[in-house]
Amino acid sequence: MNAPESLSRWAGAGSSRVPFWAYTDTQLYQQELQKIFYGPHWSYVGLEVEIPKVGDYRLSQVGERQVIMVRDRVARKLESDPNSADHGIRVVENRCAHRGVRFCQQPHGNVRSFVCPYHQWTYKLDGTLAGLPFKDGVPATDAEGHACVHGGMPADFDTKQHGLTKLRVAVLHGLVFATFSAEAEPLEEYLGPAVLPWLERIFAGRKLTLLGYNRQRIPGNWKLMMENIKDPYHPGLLHTWFVTFGLWRADQKSRMVMDAQGRHAVMISRRNDGGENKAVTQGVTSFKAGMALNDDRLLDVVPEPWWKVPDPSNPGTEIMPSVTMLTLFPSLIIQQQVNSLSTRHIQPRGEGSFDFVWTHFGFADDGEEMTRRRLRQANLFGPAGFVSADDGEVIQFSQDGFRQWGEGGETLCELGGTDTQGTEHMVTETLIRSMYAYWRKVMGV
Amino acid sequence: MNERLLLRLEIDELNAGYAAALDERRFDDWPGFFLPEGLYKLQARENFDRGLPLALIALEGQGMMKDRVYGITQTIYHGPYYTRHVVGPAQVLGEGSEGRVRAQAHYAVFRTRPGDASEVYNVGRYIDEIECTPAGLKLASRLCVYDSEMVLNSLIYPI
Repeated sequence: MNAPESLSRWAGAGSSRVPFWAYTDTQLYQQELQKIFYGPHWSYVGLEVEIPKVGDYRLSQVGERQVIMVRDRVARKLESDPNSADHGIRVVENRCAHRGVRFCQQPHGNVRSFVCPYHQWTYKLDGTLAGLPFKDGVPATDAEGHACVHGGMPADFDTKQHGLTKLRVAVLHGLVFATFSAEAEPLEEYLGPAVLPWLERIFAGRKLTLLGYNRQRIPGNWKLMMENIKDPYHPGLLHTWFVTFGLWRADQKSRMVMDAQGRHAVMISRRNDGGENKAVTQGVTSFKAGMALNDDRLLDVVPEPWWKVPDPSNPGTEIMPSVTMLTLFPSLIIQQQVNSLSTRHIQPRGEGSFDFVWTHFGFADDGEEMTRRRLRQANLFGPAGFVSADDGEVIQFSQDGFRQWGEGGETLCELGGTDTQGTEHMVTETLIRSMYAYWRKVMGV
Repeated sequence: MNERLLLRLEIDELNAGYAAALDERRFDDWPGFFLPEGLYKLQARENFDRGLPLALIALEGQGMMKDRVYGITQTIYHGPYYTRHVVGPAQVLGEGSEGRVRAQAHYAVFRTRPGDASEVYNVGRYIDEIECTPAGLKLASRLCVYDSEMVLNSLIYPI
């Protein structure tokens, strides 16, 4: 590319055509980091259950900045809000206030304090600078034999001013979110009343157990992952398992929900029995009429009582989805696919790549059978999964396509029209359009 | 000593045959390296070291393995690639349950995609329980613990 062009070059109206440069422009990506990831948005950093004891920490990421999620002693009152109860979870940036060193190198562990190896600046778990060597200088004797002090920090050096960057932290039903921004609204408002019930359905009042992690590096723009999980069009076409076994396809009872700003979404659906329904399987090459499992324990679905909840949009009735996929802007996907539960964390690495970290979990009151079931169904998901290995692949091929054409190209997201309304079916790309409507506003393009 | 050496050679031969079947894309042969109820697990070192049960792939018995083979040959869409397994000499660790042999071997798998240079794809070790059967050595369990902190986008074929 030559000289940077103006960013205000989104040619069409609306958000149903996304220009390729939204995925390939390096400068635009730098602005995304500032305006989205470091701006007034809440980013997922982890689960409370990952750091159960005081001093437990784990590294995470907000945008490209590495942060430390750590459990501190519970403070009686919070400076920011004297009435609130303190959850004890802190998120601080992994960057020493002295010379900028990314001092914490072990991905997880338990510590009493954080010490930078370079000059041993020491921080409390909440990121406050506790002390540093030779702050008051080194006592010595001068040429005339008088006691003196060599070096030391200036007299007005205030340790309070030189702690780690402390992020604002919000903990919601065991999920930990953080933001660098003082302007971000409270987390529950940020998520909004349309999306919240779907998060509460999975997490509220439950203790989680950690089952483990899978990590993959996908050579595509970070937004493509959000689009993938806001796109109910592809699963019944790309993923044989979904269309053949009725886990997700166009003839199911489904709903597309979004927050008032269109940035977060939930795709909700209820599994049917699969098999042939010509309206959705005819000509679909991924549908395998004769396909049967040699070992059906891979798909040993057992409905759980918590699946059924009062229907948030139809008071007085109940709804029992088998699938809910939440996309929480900018970087979190929460998956309930039958009995498989996970968070998926998008960690951008430049405009053309991101790391995708899957954290699988269950509930503390799961029996052994249910844990085994969740682990078996994990074969469907993740970087090697029967139905999600191919998502990473098509994201890579999308990015390759955008890159080879360059300026002037655009994607087309007009299934179900060009508007950004919620729907009671899945034959639509409305959630992608609504995210880009919000994205355009934030980015000013 | 001779018996021990012979056992090691037999395990090396098992590993060589296993690697060749995968690299030559004879995927239908792959479940046959296991006992009918044999276990195959591909797990990140992070989970293994911390005692977390999640695996990238976890299959119980030849039936599930055949389902995986169907998946990699018929249903999972992915860019084409070749693998090349380089497996180090087996190390016999001792006797396992039911008279089985416990052994491990280091491996490196390289991936080559059309038009691309070869790349280091997955690196780790096999931790095995092996049974001597009339049909030769069979895997009662193969746990592949991989060091690679990131899967390079996707992982389709068994390791």
